[in-house]
Amino acid sequence: MSTVTDRPPAPPETPAPVPAAMRRAAGRKRRVPYWLLLPGIAWLLVFFVAPMIYQASTSVQTGSLEAGFKVTWHFATYWDALTEYYPQFLRSFEYSAIATVLCLAIGYPLAYTIAFRAGRWRNLILILVIAPFFTSFLIRTLAWETILADGGFVVQTLNQLHILDLTSSLGITQGDRVLATPLAVICGLTYNFLPFMILPLYTSLERIDGKLHEAAGDLYAKPFTVFRKVTFPLSMPGVVAGTLLTFIPATGDYINAELLGTTNQKMIGNVIQSQFLRVLDYPTAAALSFILMAVILAMVMFYIRKAGTEELV
Amino acid sequence: MRWIRKNLVVFAGVLCLAYLILPNLVVMVFSFNKPNGRFNYEWTRFSTDAWEHPCDVADMCGSLGLSLQIALYATIGATVLGTMIAFALARYRFKARGTTNMLIFLPMAMPEVVMAASLGTLFLNMRVPFGFWTILIAHIMFCLSFVVTAVKARVMSMDPRLEQAAQDLYASPLQTFLRVTLPLVAPGIASGALLSFALSFDDFIITNFNAGSTVTFPMFVWGSAQRGTPVQINVIGTAMFVIAVLVVVAGQLLGSRRKARA
Repeated sequence: MSTVTDRPPAPPETPAPVPAAMRRAAGRKRRVPYWLLLPGIAWLLVFFVAPMIYQASTSVQTGSLEAGFKVTWHFATYWDALTEYYPQFLRSFEYSAIATVLCLAIGYPLAYTIAFRAGRWRNLILILVIAPFFTSFLIRTLAWETILADGGFVVQTLNQLHILDLTSSLGITQGDRVLATPLAVICGLTYNFLPFMILPLYTSLERIDGKLHEAAGDLYAKPFTVFRKVTFPLSMPGVVAGTLLTFIPATGDYINAELLGTTNQKMIGNVIQSQFLRVLDYPTAAALSFILMAVILAMVMFYIRKAGTEELV
Repeated sequence: MRWIRKNLVVFAGVLCLAYLILPNLVVMVFSFNKPNGRFNYEWTRFSTDAWEHPCDVADMCGSLGLSLQIALYATIGATVLGTMIAFALARYRFKARGTTNMLIFLPMAMPEVVMAASLGTLFLNMRVPFGFWTILIAHIMFCLSFVVTAVKARVMSMDPRLEQAAQDLYASPLQTFLRVTLPLVAPGIASGALLSFALSFDDFIITNFNAGSTVTFPMFVWGSAQRGTPVQINVIGTAMFVIAVLVVVAGQLLGSRRKARA
C-alpha cells in the first residue's frame, strides 16, 4: 500500500514560451480530453440528464395516453400525489433508515474482523461477502420466503425466545408470523444491501495503520476506548459511503416490499412502479419520483456536509 | 472468559457472514427439491430432476440467453466509454472537470426507480419501441459510472514515471499506451467490466421500466414469483454462484502466482 502513497505527484504543466509547431501540438493535446469525454458524456446527457428534465416537465403535464400529454403547469399533481401517498413515502424512509442502521450494526463487526482479525482467511471471507452478488438477488430474496416461512425453524426459534412478542409490541410483526410483516421487508432490505455497507467499511478500516492501535494501547486506552477514539473516527469515510450506498437504493426499492410484504408494507417504489406500469398515470409517477429524487439529494448533501467527507467520487 | 470477550467481534462477524450466506445455501438446497405445488418454498423430497432438465420451463432459458447477451453488449459499451472518461479525468486538467465528476457521481447516488421511470417516460414520449435496444441503452447508462470509478482509481495510482521511461527508450505514444499503460491499467478495466456484467445481468428495476414485453432472466424470476416458482430457477441461481466463485478463485490464484513470480 505504501508504494502508492510514496509516489511523487504528477509533474505540473509548464507554461513556458514554445515555438508555433509545438503550440499547435499542444492545442491538439488540449482537445484530447474532450474527445475522450465526448461519447460517454453524450450518452449520459441524452439518457440520464435529458430524461430527468423531461420527467420534470411530465410531472406538470395533464392529458391521457390516447389524447397525448400537454404541459399545463398542473402543479396540483404534486399536491395530490403527496396527500395520497405520504404514508408510503414515510414508510420508505422509515424502513430504509432502520435497515441502514441494522446494516451498520451487523456489518461493522464483519468488516472489522476481515480488516484486523482474519489473517490468511481475509481473501476467502471477502469472496464470501461478494459471493451473494453472484446469485440473482431476486432468487435470493425469494429464498427468504422459505427461511421466514410460518412455523419454520427461524420463526419457531424467535417465538420460543419471545422475540416475536417484543417485535409484535413494537408493531413490526403480527402474532407468530414474520412473513408479510414490516419485519420481513426490513430483514430483506438489510440482507440485500449489507455488502454495500461492508465493502466501503472494510476499505476504510483496512487503511488504518495497526500501529495506531498499539500506540493507543500503550497510552493505557482500554480496547473500547481505542475503538471509540481511534478506530471509529478513522473509519468515518467508510461509514458515510456505506450508509449512503445502503440508504439510497433501499429507499427506492420495491422488490422486498413486493415479495416479502403485503399491500400494508408498500413503499414509494411500489407506488411509482404501479403508477407507471399498471395505472399508466405518467404525470403522477413523474411527480413522485421527482419528489423522491429531491428529498434524497437534499439528504445526501446535508449528510455529506455534516460528516465532512468529500472523497466519495 | 477473557478469550470470549477478546473475540466477541469475531463471533459477531461470523454471525453476519452466516446471515449473508444463508439465502445462497437455501437456494442451493432447494434446487434439489421436488415441490408438490407450483411454489418451491417448502421442502418436500430430494430429486435431481431440475438439474437434469434445466430448460424444461417454458421461456426460462431464452430469457437467460437474452440476459447474457445484453450483459455482454452493455459491458463492452460501458467499459469502452467509461475507460475513455476515466483517462480524461485522471490525466487531464480541463474546465468542465468538476461538472463531469458530478455527472458521473449522480447516477450512482440516484435511486434506481427514479432513473428507470424518467428514462421510460422519455422513450415512451419519443415513441421509441421498448425492447432489446431500450434495455441495452439503459444498462450502458447505469454501468458507465461504475466503470469510470474503477478505472479512474487505477490510472490515478499508476506511476507516471513508467510511461516517461518508455518514451525515453524511444517508444512511440501508441507503443507506450499499448505496452505500458494498458497492461498496468488492465486490472482496473477488468474489475469495471466484471462489475458491469454483474450489474447488468442482475438488473431488475431499470429493466422493469424499459423492457416492454421483453423478458430478461430477472424479469422471468419476478413473473414466476406471482405464477409459481419452478425449481429450475434455483438450478440457474446455484450454477451462476458456482461458476462465479470458481472464476473469482481462479483470478485470485492467478494473481498471487503472478505476484510470486514477480
